[in-house]
Amino acid sequence: MGNASREIMRQARRQVPEWSPSQVHEALAVQHEAGPENQEIVVVDVREKHEWNEGHIPGAIHVPRGYLELQIEEAVPDKSKTVVLYCAGGVRSLIAGVTLQQMGYQNPISMSSGFEQWKGNGYPFVQPRTMSEAQSKRYSRHLLIPEVGEQGQFKLLDSRVLLIGAGGLGSPAAYYLAAAGVGTIGIIDSDVVEESNLQRQILHNTKRVGQYKAESARETLEALNPDVKVITHIERLDETNVTRILADYDVILDGTDNFPTRYVLNDAALLAHKPVVHGSVFRFEGQLTVFKPNEGPCYRCLYPEPPPPELAPSCAEAGVLGVLPGIIGLLQATETIKLLLGIGDPLVGRLMTYDGLAGEFSELRLFRDPECPACGEHAHPENLPTYAEFCAVPAR
Amino acid sequence: MAMVRLAPVLRSSVGGSKQVSAEGKNLTEVLNDLFERFPTLKEQIQPDGNLSRFINVYVNDQDVRYLQGLETNVGPADTVILLPAMAGGR
Repeated sequence: MGNASREIMRQARRQVPEWSPSQVHEALAVQHEAGPENQEIVVVDVREKHEWNEGHIPGAIHVPRGYLELQIEEAVPDKSKTVVLYCAGGVRSLIAGVTLQQMGYQNPISMSSGFEQWKGNGYPFVQPRTMSEAQSKRYSRHLLIPEVGEQGQFKLLDSRVLLIGAGGLGSPAAYYLAAAGVGTIGIIDSDVVEESNLQRQILHNTKRVGQYKAESARETLEALNPDVKVITHIERLDETNVTRILADYDVILDGTDNFPTRYVLNDAALLAHKPVVHGSVFRFEGQLTVFKPNEGPCYRCLYPEPPPPELAPSCAEAGVLGVLPGIIGLLQATETIKLLLGIGDPLVGRLMTYDGLAGEFSELRLFRDPECPACGEHAHPENLPTYAEFCAVPAR
Repeated sequence: MAMVRLAPVLRSSVGGSKQVSAEGKNLTEVLNDLFERFPTLKEQIQPDGNLSRFINVYVNDQDVRYLQGLETNVGPADTVILLPAMAGGR
């Protein structure tokens, strides 16, 4: 250290208060006792990425010193908080403290002797899970978004999403969820690929006509992203298998084409307490909402009974503009990612409708029916009609 | 005159229009005006005294089941939306 460096350090020491690792440890213990509403101390690790990856103080935020001025206001917006900075030995954190003071932070503290001493004292530290180089590159655009970031990406990689149907809605949704790195994607579909599907069901292709859709989907998704495990269920969802299949998943994306399946799914998802991201399409129009058990209405609150077959034609009978399920399916994928990451305002209790010809989105408010037979006060979702015989219109 | 917007499956009953205007001070009157001009709508929306359970009716963005049902007031600037369940996903 040259004279000038020593002078900078002397100045910094006069300006920035220092706490020893044991003082920091004690203050964090007191804060832990006080509960999550009383978090006055924020711990910021200013070391480089490779140092952070080797271990850091639990609950600390990582803002490397080189990015401090650029990132700290986003990471710690409240400048009245006590910000405990640390590095490996207490030098870089002291200088970082001066920077924070210049930026208007009222109470920056530098932890003297740094993380080495913290570890030497035997205090707890966590070793973060690290991404492979290939993953860091693949998900780099996610890593740049504060709401996702590395922790969010790990959450997605650990998530399990079930798609009901690998058709018009399921295709775009599954494709983008796989690209986003949702680690396990289950697909239940008992149909085979037909030529008439290819106008919109982009998971499949001409060569795969005749192949099971679930198998075709798996080939496409695993080729796109080797991080994704695709589980195929080549069967129709019904009362006999729904509980078993739903059990393994965090979020269900409903892209089915018939009412009985939607009612079966609704009741089982309520019992299993799993959110369902619902979508449907018709010609140039589509609608979607999120049914989150106990937080909003369920499908039976919205539609206590299915319409008669003549009022509920499937895509096979009524037709659908090929890109329309692309739009609705991707809105479903967006809602799914929001639920998995716990960010934003999911479409709970709101029905979004899209009119492609008019180029219009609108939103309707949905209410939970206190008398709902599936989720109301005296509900018995395990024992309700699913109208299988009522709307047995063959569709694909 | 209130505006009534119809979901695609109902449009064939009104000659293909996406929206039609209708006269009335409350939902019953608006629907009766519609049914007089487009009789096939009645069996789909209100076959007996009650609204069909597979159709949701909104005044502006509010479900009338949570307003005053058929007695819900409808002003000339309001929009009534008729929205049956849709199943298509494939």
